[in-house]
Amino acid sequence: MANYFHSVTLDEEKCLGCTNCIKRCPVEAIRVHQGKAKIIEERCIDCGECIRSCPNHAKVAVTDALERLAAFEYRIVLPAPSFFAQIREEKDIERILQALLNLGFDEVYEVALAAEVVSYMVGKYLATNNYKKPLISSACPAILRLMQMKFPDLLEQVTPIMTPMEVAARLAKEGAVARTGIPYERIGAFFISPCPAKVTEMRQPLHVKKSAVDGVIGATAIYKDVIKQLAKVKGSTKGLRRATSRGIGWGYLTGESRAIGTSSSLSTGGIQNAISIFEEIERGELKDVDFIEVQACPGGCVGGPLNMQNLFVARVNLKNMITKYKAKDAYFDAKQLKRFYEQDHFWSTERVEPRPIMVLDDDVSKALFKMERLDAITASLPGLDCGACGSPNCRALAEDIIRGSAFDTDCVIKLRERVKTLAEEILDLARKLPQTMAKEQPATGKNDDGKDFSSA
Amino acid sequence: MSSGAPRHVIEFLIREKDFLSAGESASKTKKALQQLGLKAEVAKNSAIIVYEAAMNVVIHAISGKLRVVIVPEEVSIVAEDVGPGIPDIELAMQEGYSTAPHEVREMGFGAGMGLANIERCSDELNIKSEPGVGTVLEARIHLKQKDDVR
Repeated sequence: MANYFHSVTLDEEKCLGCTNCIKRCPVEAIRVHQGKAKIIEERCIDCGECIRSCPNHAKVAVTDALERLAAFEYRIVLPAPSFFAQIREEKDIERILQALLNLGFDEVYEVALAAEVVSYMVGKYLATNNYKKPLISSACPAILRLMQMKFPDLLEQVTPIMTPMEVAARLAKEGAVARTGIPYERIGAFFISPCPAKVTEMRQPLHVKKSAVDGVIGATAIYKDVIKQLAKVKGSTKGLRRATSRGIGWGYLTGESRAIGTSSSLSTGGIQNAISIFEEIERGELKDVDFIEVQACPGGCVGGPLNMQNLFVARVNLKNMITKYKAKDAYFDAKQLKRFYEQDHFWSTERVEPRPIMVLDDDVSKALFKMERLDAITASLPGLDCGACGSPNCRALAEDIIRGSAFDTDCVIKLRERVKTLAEEILDLARKLPQTMAKEQPATGKNDDGKDFSSA
Repeated sequence: MSSGAPRHVIEFLIREKDFLSAGESASKTKKALQQLGLKAEVAKNSAIIVYEAAMNVVIHAISGKLRVVIVPEEVSIVAEDVGPGIPDIELAMQEGYSTAPHEVREMGFGAGMGLANIERCSDELNIKSEPGVGTVLEARIHLKQKDDVR
């Protein structure tokens, strides 16, 4: 893919060229060259781990600005469930929704409400037993991109149902068309996101041809404005909130599985955990598990890199809200949910395709030769994995050398060795004097080549 | 190194009770096969064979060596161990037959699926064993050029 869009990008001015991010990137997608970090676009999965680990805040997520609202006649805001947990002092979702509206939106549609639709659909799909076990959640786009690259054979196990964000945008826009008569294209839906991967998902969706979401605004970006608006919201009256515990719980890890309600599920957060779980599934294990909720962020969406609040604080906030909004007061009744399931409206229209970008060469024989060279180069490197060369570890540097984007002298230890050899040679040469100047003859009376001087 | 026929060798040393080494060897094998551009299914099956063969060493033997050799025509996996050997190979191949000790089964391993899994994942399987000495397991996956290479 030539023009692969990424939300995660580098603020060159802030980047000091340190190696913190290259060591922390779970897919080894960053290198430091010429004093600046470079993100290898086809490898990046937009997980945002580098945003968390950069001490200079040089990794930024490109999200949409509120100014984009002006492009639409009718504007809907779609807050992620995890957003409600970001405001420590506010325990009333109703008031948060009103504050969001005050930012210039005509309508608010909770993604949590759409998550209830998705929960029902996934639960019903699981009950058919007509799928390969375990079924893998489709909700986290960073995880899907990881799978495209490293676990292509598990993609067929991804739930063929759209994400809550996508379902929310569709439900909200269609409802608005019916109510206002404004044409669909003039209605804008804006997702308030805890993560950069959702921005990428909107621009280059994996489950659908075109996303119904028109803009993704990072939670960090509007946090201050929301706090300001909250101060102006008087009381709690309007009845904006429709989502209940079932959908709001999607904001943190285990919420999704719980909402789906299957007896056999597994929830996992963090990319390393996802990798080891996927490896187990590939080995044919975990067949007794029906559904796997898998999130790139530790703790789920509340741990998203674009959130302000500490993950554990946010988790408690969200938990408290959940106990307040009981699932029995659900907005959609069983009949309506069943209709959603039976329509093909919220089923994915696209298959998530593999993206094998790790291949050394398209020709196996050539790849084998390159692999041998790769091993030889790796063995010649010091194995310190220091990252000073700009690659995350020695093996990665060897790969970069094979791919032609680095040299073995990029390794400071190798360079030092060569300087040492060179210095020794220089010293050796410096000690040598021409015969005209040499004062003493070697004790043996013999030359270097063992010949007697007299015979020379 | 790059003289002669194209070929890549990966070796692992496996020790008794080193449960983590099986998973690590499997994921290293899979990564290498993916880099070589082999089909996802071949990479997956090879990783399963490596995992199960390593697990057998971890559970039953004292120590063992695993050797994965990749040439354009095939992937071969040889596991050679020093251990008790398998008295009745045919019986050991049966699904569910296990001689794993109780504590290993409690850990969730040793369900008697290992050899059956290896057989399912390979095109050729050869087991030679001498009781009291050790076992040599050799599994092969053929690479039908057009198909299995992406």
